[in-house]
Amino acid sequence: MKSLEELREIKEKMQGQIGVRADSSNDTRVVVGMATCGIASGARPVLNTLVEEVNKEKLEHVTVSQTGCIGLCQFEPIVEVFEPGKEKVTYVKMNPEKAAIVVEQHLKGGKPVAEYMLDAEYR
Amino acid sequence: MLPEISLNILDISQNSIKAGAKLIEILVEIDRAKETLLFEIRDNGCGMNEEQVTNVVDPFFTSRTTRKVGLGIPFLKQAAEGTGGEFSIQSKVGVGTTVSALFHTDNIDCMPLGDITETIWSIVTMNDNLDFVYTYRCDGKEFQLDTREIRNIVGDISFSVPEVSSFIKDFLKENKQCVDKVE
Repeated sequence: MKSLEELREIKEKMQGQIGVRADSSNDTRVVVGMATCGIASGARPVLNTLVEEVNKEKLEHVTVSQTGCIGLCQFEPIVEVFEPGKEKVTYVKMNPEKAAIVVEQHLKGGKPVAEYMLDAEYR
Repeated sequence: MLPEISLNILDISQNSIKAGAKLIEILVEIDRAKETLLFEIRDNGCGMNEEQVTNVVDPFFTSRTTRKVGLGIPFLKQAAEGTGGEFSIQSKVGVGTTVSALFHTDNIDCMPLGDITETIWSIVTMNDNLDFVYTYRCDGKEFQLDTREIRNIVGDISFSVPEVSSFIKDFLKENKQCVDKVE
């Protein structure tokens, strides 16, 4: 059985690194809709891919979180990206592959992926 | 309809979070000999009055404002009872809500448990301002993840910090494997 002792060691190693990023007001927020509609259409693997890719790419200015029903259930899974000083970007009908591309091109590369956006769906 | 029992657990936990719960206890209990799977989610959120508890299994009742149907609970009840199992919801205003569902896993209509590790990991790391006690039990063996213990160790470090987040995932994954192992 894995015990919490290991976590104590991890914490000790982390000491000293913490506190470097006290200011989070300039963070980019990535939000995944996780109500019944989102979950049923596959939001969980999308959320997990976002977290894993953001961690892998060490994008420390990005926080991934979840929210309830956004009200556009037919477009779930939905991912919203809030960048300070920019207009919100809404990605619709997401899947883990698209999520990885959004991390690569938008969150890392700074270029929103137009073809996954809500507007493209309406066109 | 949610295709995994895990996704139903995720869905019900979101209800608890929305109800303002500070402590959410999640139990998954598997009995391979009896071929049953029970899950129970107990929260100390705002709770519901008698009328709301009665209505909650009605698909055309919902507290959400974005549309007029609420399918999470009705489908879960149907899914559990469809396997010959049971569903119950108990709630008291100001005390909290407990939802439990029993599935007969040998029934052809029983959905799989699905990825419970990924589910619990996402609930716990995404809501690190709340306390969770997750118990996974299989044939009498069990392990527990109590986020209050993790909080005591890591202090004010967020659970979504990669080091902590991946520890939690490994903890859930490895301990489930230990518990699942047939002696």
